[in-house]
Amino acid sequence: MISPKYHREIPQRYRLEAGKCKQCGTISFPPRLICPKCKSKNFETVQLSREGKILTFTIIRVGPDKFSKETPYVVAIIELNDGARLTAQVTDCDVNKVEIGTKVKLVFRKIQDEGKWGLHCYGYKAILI
Amino acid sequence: MLNEMNSPKANRLAGGDVAVIGVGMTKFGELWNKSLRDIFVEAAMKAIENSGVDHIDSMYVGTMSGGLFVGQEHVGAVMADYLGSVPIPATRVESACASGGAAFRSAFFEVASGYSEIVLAGGVEKMTDGADVTDALATAADQEYEVYHGITFPGLYAMMARAHMHQYKTTREQLAHVAVKNHKNGSLNPNAQFRSQATLEQVMNSTMVADPLRLLDCSPVSDGGAAVILCSLEYAKKLKRPFVKVKASAQASGTIALHSRESLTSLDCVSVAAKKAFKQSNIKPYDINFAEVHDCFTIAEIIVTEDLGFFEKGKGGISVEQGLTSLNGKIPINTSGGLKAKGHPVGATGIAQIIECYEQLTGNAGERQIKNAKLGLAQNMGGSGASCTIHILEAI
Repeated sequence: MISPKYHREIPQRYRLEAGKCKQCGTISFPPRLICPKCKSKNFETVQLSREGKILTFTIIRVGPDKFSKETPYVVAIIELNDGARLTAQVTDCDVNKVEIGTKVKLVFRKIQDEGKWGLHCYGYKAILI
Repeated sequence: MLNEMNSPKANRLAGGDVAVIGVGMTKFGELWNKSLRDIFVEAAMKAIENSGVDHIDSMYVGTMSGGLFVGQEHVGAVMADYLGSVPIPATRVESACASGGAAFRSAFFEVASGYSEIVLAGGVEKMTDGADVTDALATAADQEYEVYHGITFPGLYAMMARAHMHQYKTTREQLAHVAVKNHKNGSLNPNAQFRSQATLEQVMNSTMVADPLRLLDCSPVSDGGAAVILCSLEYAKKLKRPFVKVKASAQASGTIALHSRESLTSLDCVSVAAKKAFKQSNIKPYDINFAEVHDCFTIAEIIVTEDLGFFEKGKGGISVEQGLTSLNGKIPINTSGGLKAKGHPVGATGIAQIIECYEQLTGNAGERQIKNAKLGLAQNMGGSGASCTIHILEAI
């Protein structure tokens, strides 16, 4: 069972679908109705590159209730090879080994459980290459 | 495209038609015996009494999330009711942690337009009633593309801190100096949540929250309320009480997600709003004598003082280390103790910053009074820099 809120985001969370502006080429992730750069309303759907590098990161030691059992965990801002940027956890690694500039790859993982029923919610996390 | 900066009307209105004539606030801290409405009404009553006005025509209440913190929305009406001010118009204003600044700006517009004579701008938050505060505050970031992945507010500012340290060689000690300075200022403020000083060692050894930010880099969870009374300059002169002039009122937005911004070491909403405010008032950053800035985390004060134009980009860290922002420095920053030591009841913060400017400009800041305070600036910020209000106030 999934919630409507979760269902709407599946193309982005599972398949990294973004909107590429047909006028100026800017990639919006998640897709938008108006290009923030040139205000065009014409987009084509593209899939983001799965590889990129870490621009900055933190190690969360005190987390929100929902993630409190997972601390310490790394959250990073990642620039993908196509120039798009996103926020994701960096997983399967020694948290002390992560650095600015480290190359990473996005993989499919469970992210959290939603609401009091604990619905499983999936998406992308990064691993070190 | 609308451009407020180039509008002759905006320049005229910001030219000094509006005054702040009275202020009032509660002590900030853990106010276990006071409810959201008690806190607001206490601050509002003090402001009304302090101003000497016999009525208010309308009111704005800045609050980030009465709903998540205590389960109460419709906060404007609640406060008008308990202030005994029904049926005057009362509107709640929300712009996350910049709700207070946005409420002040709304009141400013109402007076400047001539629509009302006397308007109250207040802010309030009750954060210690048991809500998951980390979770509630995180609603000021992008829920689906930041918070979904487990980021927190300390985490967002920690990512800015790491990028700033990487790009400009800002040191961990320089971040700590912000907390040490603001605790020192807070120790002189009777309304501050923390009157205790903190040493560099205490900050450097406090619990790690989100690397590289530690507990003493973070503003606390607080309850508190603050209110000010605005009126026309003409009306203020008749009251024969101390008042200050609102010299500029500016606001700007940034992207909701930190990752969408070109620079991770600058806050564009701050530099854009600052440019507008300086243009409106026809002054330069170095004309400002002191400023209250949004130090929700130590790194925020460093970045904001750069983006306001007080220091060259990348020099915010060394400036605090050298004491340029201390009480007796070149440009004292956060003389009240800032969000760090005075406390950060989110919706009240923007109004409390205006109050500190008023106290300094009218010579009522007690032990923390700075010399020659003629022009003060208040910078209030929402989220990780998705909204920012800036006000410049002038002594009369």
